[in-house]
Amino acid sequence: MYKYNDFDEAFVRERVAQFRGQVERRIDGSLTEDEFKPLRLMNGLYLQLHAYMLRVAVPYGTLNSKQMDMLAHLAETYDKGYGHFTTRQNIQYNWPELRDVPDMLSDLADVEMHAIQTSGNTIRNVTADHFAGAAADEVADPRPVAELLRQWSTDHPEFQFLPRKFKLAVTGAAADRAVIKAHDIGIRILERDGVRGYEILVGGGLGRTPMIGKVLHDFLPEADLLPFIEATVSVWNRLGRRDNKYKARIKITVHEHGIEEIRRLVDERFAEIRPTFNGVDQEVLREIEAQFAAPEFRTDGVDDYDIAYADNPLFRSWADTNLSEHRADGYAIVSISIKKHGATPGDATADQMRVMADLARKYGHDELRISHEQNVILPHVHKSDLPALYLALRAADLATANIGLASDIIACPGMDYCALATARSIPVAQEIATRFDELKIEHDIGALKIKISGCINACGHHHVGHIGILGLDRAGVENYQITLGGDHTETAAVGERAGPGFSADDIVPAIERLVLGYMDLRDSADETFIETYRRLGAVPFKDILYPKEAANAA
Amino acid sequence: MARAFTPKVITSNLLLSGDAVWFTANDTWSGDIAEAEFLTDEAHAELRLLEANAQTGVMVGAYLADAKLGDAGPVPTHFREDFRTRGPSNYAHGKQVETNV
Ligand code: HEM
Ligand code: SF4
Repeated sequence: MYKYNDFDEAFVRERVAQFRGQVERRIDGSLTEDEFKPLRLMNGLYLQLHAYMLRVAVPYGTLNSKQMDMLAHLAETYDKGYGHFTTRQNIQYNWPELRDVPDMLSDLADVEMHAIQTSGNTIRNVTADHFAGAAADEVADPRPVAELLRQWSTDHPEFQFLPRKFKLAVTGAAADRAVIKAHDIGIRILERDGVRGYEILVGGGLGRTPMIGKVLHDFLPEADLLPFIEATVSVWNRLGRRDNKYKARIKITVHEHGIEEIRRLVDERFAEIRPTFNGVDQEVLREIEAQFAAPEFRTDGVDDYDIAYADNPLFRSWADTNLSEHRADGYAIVSISIKKHGATPGDATADQMRVMADLARKYGHDELRISHEQNVILPHVHKSDLPALYLALRAADLATANIGLASDIIACPGMDYCALATARSIPVAQEIATRFDELKIEHDIGALKIKISGCINACGHHHVGHIGILGLDRAGVENYQITLGGDHTETAAVGERAGPGFSADDIVPAIERLVLGYMDLRDSADETFIETYRRLGAVPFKDILYPKEAANAA
Repeated sequence: MARAFTPKVITSNLLLSGDAVWFTANDTWSGDIAEAEFLTDEAHAELRLLEANAQTGVMVGAYLADAKLGDAGPVPTHFREDFRTRGPSNYAHGKQVETNV
């Protein structure tokens, strides 16, 4: 696992000390809020509707057990006993007091963590597949490349004043679990005839103007990565619309100039700067790779697993739903659902965090991950340990078997916490999950992604949900707009608006109607919601959502 | 023509705790909106906002929020401000369970 080097360590410690001084000066009145606000935002501290919120970074969603224990300690000591895992693969605390925040940051620094936010119009955090280093379908672990990009872009002089912020995501697998097509630049590690290279996507993003990334290069040689990314950012830096913040993202530049023109300009710029790269970056990459080296995998038999699977239907159901294929024989990737029916998506108690940390220590080579779907992953568990692990999860109320199903809902904090929200999202998620649990049809429904945002900023990724829900304020009342047919994977698509929005009382029945209606429309139990939608188009689904209009038209 | 002024209260969040508070006629901050000064005159409201915003050592980001008169004092008219008087809906946390400053 990636270790801080001395520079990182000193830098984080110094930032904590600085922030402690800044908080003191704000409290004693020598700093105004106007002076203090940018400083607290840089340190991950936001002011929300009811309290402050501290956002702690979890780079590449990767944690060890000591770090998870520390997150539990923070939840218990400075918050109300829980933390919120988010789609940005980080954790947020909803109730810290201003005076406590420097202590929280100091505790985090003890385990090589921080809340420093890359802010401003720079290259933001680089994200990676949460199954990195474990997935069976992986060509290579994407985290070293992500870390190389982070190190290179931090303090890069040309990129401190970009037209807008810039986000990169990297995956090393065919299946896209990092939503790379909804990032400014998405990178996929590929292998052709035994040679490694990269597919480069550009111009994706959600928010106000959702767009799916387009292919800028289909197979970039490994050694060309940094100069090519630099060329791309540089072209956008020149062309990007600085006049209008809503048009400044690279997705708009690509849209306005066309991908061919962008490709031509990038190639031109690339030819200029390629000679200035002397290969040091490749040496650095090799060093980073060594830090992300895989654990020593065991080679024991899996009889215990096979017996429990055959004998225990509850274990079987959980295993079928929450395990993914690991690249090492005898291993599995465990997704721990933080989506118990009726609970807040992504919220874990301090006790649950400690249990997960313990399980990682005991059975998981000391590794945990946070997924952008707000679940916790144990990436490396030997199958013979799964029966015991399952029992421990059950005891901690963490054995919900719903990964990828209707109740595995992404929901942003919405108006229960977020100052920018136009409506609530958590209660909608809670009610939908509760309803499908009552109906006991989740496993019949099969794979379904429901994603909810409480405003146009789209933190809940609603545009790429099979069913997306966007909470709005319509004349002073909460109103929920449904989008259909979105997809966050390698076949990414932006969902289409279904029609008029629904009131807070009507949105859950509308979703129920939609899902039951899909079950009538599908040609077999194997055809998923998104497959049926693609086969039949939006019309039959709209008729289900708006039965009166359908009857009038008939 | 300018839009007619609708009644307001002044609200913000406390500097130390982040808790939502309302500005009273005595220039103090209360955790109960019912104790807020009810502002029906636009010029007076703007003046009071300036006075409220001078208290930067106590609170953060005062603003005018729509309100109407209830039985016990001002009450919010918009759901966002209503949530701020109670706390989140997913847990019994915040004002709905805590006694206020
Ligand atoms: C509660 C405090 C939060 C605030 C104030 C906030 C604010 C914002 C804003 C203003 C944007 C739009 C940025 C822009 O394009 O200009 C944004 C985007 C985003 N937020 Fe949040 N957010 C919050 C919480 C969260 C949480 C909890 C998550 C994860 C569950 C999240 C995930 C995202 C993501 C993924 C985007 C990017 C959408 C895109 O691709 O453009 N945010 N957020
Ligand atoms: S989508 Fe809107 S409401 Fe939800 S967390 Fe983001 S900014 Fe807040």
